[in-house]
Amino acid sequence: MQAISTASLPDIIFMLLFFFMVTTVMRETTLFVRNQLPPATEVQKIERKSLVSFIYIGAPLQTQVFGTEPRIQLNDAFATPADIAAFISAEREARDEVERPLMTTSMKVDREVKMGIVTDVKQELRLVNALKVNYSTIRGEVRFGRY
Amino acid sequence: MADIAFLLLIFFLVTTTMDVDTGIMRLLPPPIDPAAPQPPPIKERNVFVVLIDFQDRLLVEGQLGNLYTLRQQTKDWLVNANNDPNKPEMRLAYIDNLGEVEVSRGVISLQNDRGTSYEMYIAVQNEVTAAINELRNEFSRQRFGIAFDDLTDEALIEAVREAVPMAISEAEPRDVAAGRTR
Repeated sequence: MQAISTASLPDIIFMLLFFFMVTTVMRETTLFVRNQLPPATEVQKIERKSLVSFIYIGAPLQTQVFGTEPRIQLNDAFATPADIAAFISAEREARDEVERPLMTTSMKVDREVKMGIVTDVKQELRLVNALKVNYSTIRGEVRFGRY
Repeated sequence: MADIAFLLLIFFLVTTTMDVDTGIMRLLPPPIDPAAPQPPPIKERNVFVVLIDFQDRLLVEGQLGNLYTLRQQTKDWLVNANNDPNKPEMRLAYIDNLGEVEVSRGVISLQNDRGTSYEMYIAVQNEVTAAINELRNEFSRQRFGIAFDDLTDEALIEAVREAVPMAISEAEPRDVAAGRTR
């Protein structure tokens, strides 16, 4: 029996390699908070990722150090609702002037979080006129059973 | 050569996260200017109050509700097929590509407590959004014979959006348990 020629193997591997290289999105921020998003069915894709600022809310991962009370994470640090205004204006400064009205704030909130802290963040966002928000969810059926 | 390619391939395979960012889009109300004149009051019949308390219980228009029926209840209320005086008024509007259309004046007011869980809040947002999306689909099928989700013409999409508006208001935060505004 003749052995299968492996001459084209590198080509195939390269093709796969390029596919994954192109599709890979590197995570820029390290998460310090638990971030298990709730499921929803009526979701929309965020079209222009470059215009999105992320606010993470959840219980800290290192509970021994930071406790279990949900915290806000902006970029690479914990923050309080009072820091949101500065964060949003910094994000605005980083974008082109014509694109600023299109900016969206994506709230990545852990499903265990209570609405209190989310409401505080929403109020801060309103004050700085960052009105387009996206409640980040995963695509999936809502679990009715719990309620 | 193939070894190096393999190595890189495995690296990218491991680091790839295939998730696309999805979520429920909402427009927050602009901040209230204390100097601005009071906006005209909205009639009681045009507001559909959905309240979630700190134990994740639903209060729909003053009555206990649940997630299973919320979608249908929202649809029935918005459409107001029988001209019920407790359900929203209709207004005639001229919309491009559609002509004169009856548009519901109804606004869904979502209220929650600080103790409401985020998962429940999203579940309710999802049901209410689903109700409006279903209404849009029905409307679009009736007019254009094709579901709203399958419409491709930007002008028609805009027309249906206008005819069945996504009128969901996230109310000013209130401390529901204590019954006072914060």
